[in-house]
Amino acid sequence: MFCLHLMLMDNLSVEHLTGIKDLTRQDIELIFKTADSFKEVINRPIKKVPSLRDITIANLFFENSTRTKLSFELAEKRLSADVINFSASRSSVKKGETLIDTVNNILSMKVDMVVMRHPNPGAAKFLSERISAKVVNAGDGTHEHPTQALLDAFSIRERLGSVEGKKVVIVGDILHSRVALSNIYCLQKLGAEVMVCGPTTLIPKYIHELGVKVEHNLRAALEWCDVANMLRIQLERQDIKYFPSLREYSMQFGLNKEILDSLNKEIIVMHPGPINRGVEITSDVADSKQSIILQQVENGVAVRMAVIYLLAAKIERQ
Amino acid sequence: MTQASGWSRIPSIFVLMEKQVILNSRHFELTLNRLCYQLIERHHDFSDTVLIGLQPRGVNVLARLKSQLESILGTTVVCGNLDITFYRDDFRRRERPIIPSATNIDFVIEGKQVVLIDDVLFTGRTIRSGLDALLAFGRPKKVELLALIDRRFNRDLPIQADYVGKSVDTLSSERVSVEWKEIEGEDKVVLFTPDANG
Repeated sequence: MFCLHLMLMDNLSVEHLTGIKDLTRQDIELIFKTADSFKEVINRPIKKVPSLRDITIANLFFENSTRTKLSFELAEKRLSADVINFSASRSSVKKGETLIDTVNNILSMKVDMVVMRHPNPGAAKFLSERISAKVVNAGDGTHEHPTQALLDAFSIRERLGSVEGKKVVIVGDILHSRVALSNIYCLQKLGAEVMVCGPTTLIPKYIHELGVKVEHNLRAALEWCDVANMLRIQLERQDIKYFPSLREYSMQFGLNKEILDSLNKEIIVMHPGPINRGVEITSDVADSKQSIILQQVENGVAVRMAVIYLLAAKIERQ
Repeated sequence: MTQASGWSRIPSIFVLMEKQVILNSRHFELTLNRLCYQLIERHHDFSDTVLIGLQPRGVNVLARLKSQLESILGTTVVCGNLDITFYRDDFRRRERPIIPSATNIDFVIEGKQVVLIDDVLFTGRTIRSGLDALLAFGRPKKVELLALIDRRFNRDLPIQADYVGKSVDTLSSERVSVEWKEIEGEDKVVLFTPDANG
């Protein structure tokens, strides 16, 4: 005990971050408050703190990723954790090893936390129930991508002061999007209203049961919202044709400067990346001052540092 | 989550302690005044010196010193707040993590004389973390330490203050709390001793 006036915070209510669905609003606010401090840290001349110097983290990417992997790795390194990386394309998964075997092999090298991206929905949850290390879901198929939703909501909070009561529309391929599902959970827990917008074929049939509005007209959706989150069309997940052509999609659901300027208010434009310029969003919109796409990327590191820090606080000392 | 400072979050064992005022509001004022003049003796016009308050409670000492120094000197004194949460040596050694506070250091400390400021110097571990945290902002020419209260004979590390408001001899089971007019309603320093019957 050093001082009477230290403020102790509550721990996260979860042992792993497998999805936003399991988090409470208090958890999300705790992550944001911690991320505020880390955002200040990553803007210092020396962008590193020693908190996790005795923690080892494995980044297991069974699916391709550039920015998420970089963001996690940077977050881990800025917390002084030791980091090992693993990509499925260069591994024994190709030789027929099971997920549990792969992970147990890695854990026997004394790894404390696993950040995993996997093509199968529920993979992170499955793993978290079977291993002793902490698990952070970095995207599991079309299920959840919790840290993306956290950084999206954090960026809205940063720009608008709060998420409560804000109207957010998620536009695009909702059917295949783990970003959309995690965002819906996260925004609703923080008291925002959520609408999804896209072609009928890319809106899941029972999505209204999550309490979101559905709109098929982009202009109507934009007129309603404070924030538009434009998702990428995930052609790699689409086994059949869901719309006639990219050009037609772009004409109906692409955000361009003309529509943006014709609205009688300034909405905020977000995109989880990677952008297909000219498909879901035009270059002049992506680079406009209403766009917070690059702030999202910066906040991603701070939010991931907060998640890792708070989960690491729960790792038992040996 | 509530931003409760201090008492409401302290386990009940501490609330049962007896109180003894070791610095009343009149002496509090005199002590801060003396510290100002001691700082001026060594740092003259503060053109080469920055003051850094340690979060969460050192910043209160800093705020008071800054306004007094500026009214004595008639110039601005460069000040910042430093949070040391991520540099502590007890991460994963306590049950719940500590809420970080804001760090505001928007100047370069490279080559500057830095005075670290805290309310109570006890084990010295906070200052150790503060020295580590400071390095992220450059290499200062010199670092000094000012503590309003020095709980001497309780150090875990070889750390001593250069400026001391008041030294007190305490047991490590006792608690010292610095209270502020702006926050608690009165300037005073209180010693809490474990209740013999408790």
